[in-house]
Amino acid sequence: MSVMTMVQSINNALDIALAESQDLVVYGEDVGVEGGVFRVTQGLQKKYGEERVFDTPLAESAIVGAGVGMAAAGLKPIVEIQFSGFVYPAFNQIVSHVSRLRNRSRGKYTVPMVIRMPYGGNIRALEHHSESMEALFSHIPGMTVVIPSTPYDAKGLLLSAIEYGDPVIFMEPKRIYRAIKQEVPEEKYTIPLRKAKVIQTGDHLTVVTYGALVREVLRAAMKAKEKGYSIEIIDLRTISPLDRDTVVDSVKKTGRFLLVNEGPSSFGVGAELMAVVIEDAFLHLEAPPSRLSGYDTVPPLPKGEHHYFHGPERIFYEMEKVLKF
Amino acid sequence: MFDQYNPLEDKMFQVMDQEGQIVQPQEVLALSDDEIFEAYKFMLYARTADLMSVSYQRQGRLFTLPPNLGQEAIAAAAGKQIGVQDWLVPAFREMGAWLLKGARLSDIFMYWGGYEEGSRFSEAPRFLPSTVPIASQLQHGAGIAYAMKLKKDPGIVFAFVGDGGTSQGDFHEALNFAAVWKAPLITIVQNNQFAISVPVAKQTASKNLAVKALAYGIPGIKVDGNDYLAVYSVVSKAKQYVAQGLGPVLIEALTYRRGAHTTSDDPSLYRSDDEEKLWELKDPLRRLRLYLSGKGLWQESLDHELEEEYRKTIEQEFAIYESQAPYPLENVFQYHYQDMPENLKRQLKEQQRFIKWQEVNQ
Repeated sequence: MSVMTMVQSINNALDIALAESQDLVVYGEDVGVEGGVFRVTQGLQKKYGEERVFDTPLAESAIVGAGVGMAAAGLKPIVEIQFSGFVYPAFNQIVSHVSRLRNRSRGKYTVPMVIRMPYGGNIRALEHHSESMEALFSHIPGMTVVIPSTPYDAKGLLLSAIEYGDPVIFMEPKRIYRAIKQEVPEEKYTIPLRKAKVIQTGDHLTVVTYGALVREVLRAAMKAKEKGYSIEIIDLRTISPLDRDTVVDSVKKTGRFLLVNEGPSSFGVGAELMAVVIEDAFLHLEAPPSRLSGYDTVPPLPKGEHHYFHGPERIFYEMEKVLKF
Repeated sequence: MFDQYNPLEDKMFQVMDQEGQIVQPQEVLALSDDEIFEAYKFMLYARTADLMSVSYQRQGRLFTLPPNLGQEAIAAAAGKQIGVQDWLVPAFREMGAWLLKGARLSDIFMYWGGYEEGSRFSEAPRFLPSTVPIASQLQHGAGIAYAMKLKKDPGIVFAFVGDGGTSQGDFHEALNFAAVWKAPLITIVQNNQFAISVPVAKQTASKNLAVKALAYGIPGIKVDGNDYLAVYSVVSKAKQYVAQGLGPVLIEALTYRRGAHTTSDDPSLYRSDDEEKLWELKDPLRRLRLYLSGKGLWQESLDHELEEEYRKTIEQEFAIYESQAPYPLENVFQYHYQDMPENLKRQLKEQQRFIKWQEVNQ
């Protein structure tokens, strides 16, 4: 065990995976010499050589698109997109090829690659550095979208993603890259994909969340506890494909549902989860299922950020609305 | 000029050498010593504003920003020739060109200070906002150039991109479109030799970046980007060419980013002090100083006087930015649509209701 930040635990996972398989390659913009702009890949090029850990020319489409070819030919590409806001040149590759090669070739070729990208805001950054667009990727058939919320989870989920037989979009909440430190085992372990985790049990309300907002929801739940409410909190871990059972079982117990996330509200992860809750737990509901997401706006530049990113107070306010309905 | 400096031969156009000595006397005639002196003063102003921005950022009074140090000649020489009728399609590291296009420094501070209003540049027509995604703006440049052509508008388009940007598909697509359309577009690649940490040698296997123009069937030329007179001359020739309706031109201006990629970057991770010192000697301001002092037009004390004067102006502009009213909640919701749709109205109202609840419950 040693105390790690999420940056360190992801680095540790990549280190383990690189040591384990000669076919694994790690590449992207600035990941080699510099070790990534967030230093997630620090030291890996030195340890595993420039052929397996390398800087590419600046072109997200080719970073992802070349990965499709590498994966089909037997390599295991773990690519880094510097910020999720810069992934869009690669969107065609992701939608048209990464997610479809298994289907198109009737299982003859697969794309077991991992596309890592820091996402999310409240870090006082420039435009395109604060978005949470996981819903876009979750909407793509064949795609798996994973988001960790702690250093421990990040390592276990990433190692699972690397072993998984299909492409994974691995979104790293950069707001908590260094904000949380945790005991993390040095050795290999995995955490299953497509499985949510109940991180706090409760009786009055189910709150589903993920990524950097897990911490905020826990804080809001403390406040709710002071008021006598018992909140059940679920960390989705994998956004898509969704672990319906864990969510539905919990709502059947509590009768109330709230989704908390950061991205735009309309047509988002909240909409999907509310649909699931209505489909599978309708007769157990004691209040309309609800969501607290970002506004349907561009995240503001730093001076307006405090208006956009919801903290524990606003989360508690939403909890209370559902609880008091 | 474009024939003489064929990028396939990796020639680079230069008017003055590293020590400020003129190597092409006939070219310098394009500008009088007075004009060169004015150019120097402007570059010193831009550099002072840039260095002060970095120090404001260090004090926590601005957010992340990309320093211009070492690249001022390109923005100044091109910017000087971007007329009112011309369009400026920026990347994000050509502040001198923004200022010459009419941007107020207080607005630039607003932008790096985290207000969207800093992208408006009300006093600078035909100037798109700065763009963070790499190279995508070039396609907008091609589109504007097509519009200029269709509307028989005399304006031409100046678009900026960096060396890293030349690797994006968008770079290729934009130049190809503009070339097919014979549209009036001048694309200036500021080759500062690094895309954050990645050196240009890892960005392309081409001899240089100007050579890429040949594949689109347009002229490309490599110019010493730290040589104000050379950049001025090349841009002037490109303008003449484009204005004749012959189609776009690609200019590669070789320079060196003496500062960090942004204030969040640490160049010591990927390059040596020796290399940085070498490029300090090729600095564009140093070169003009040497030229001007050879003509008896510059001495040490001049910089001190000018800097003192500039600092005062820049501080005044900074004070305008810092005196902005606090950022209103409504601002987050504005400018997404011509008229605000119901979903946004609802979300705004809910946040306002929450603020009231918070006041009562605190």
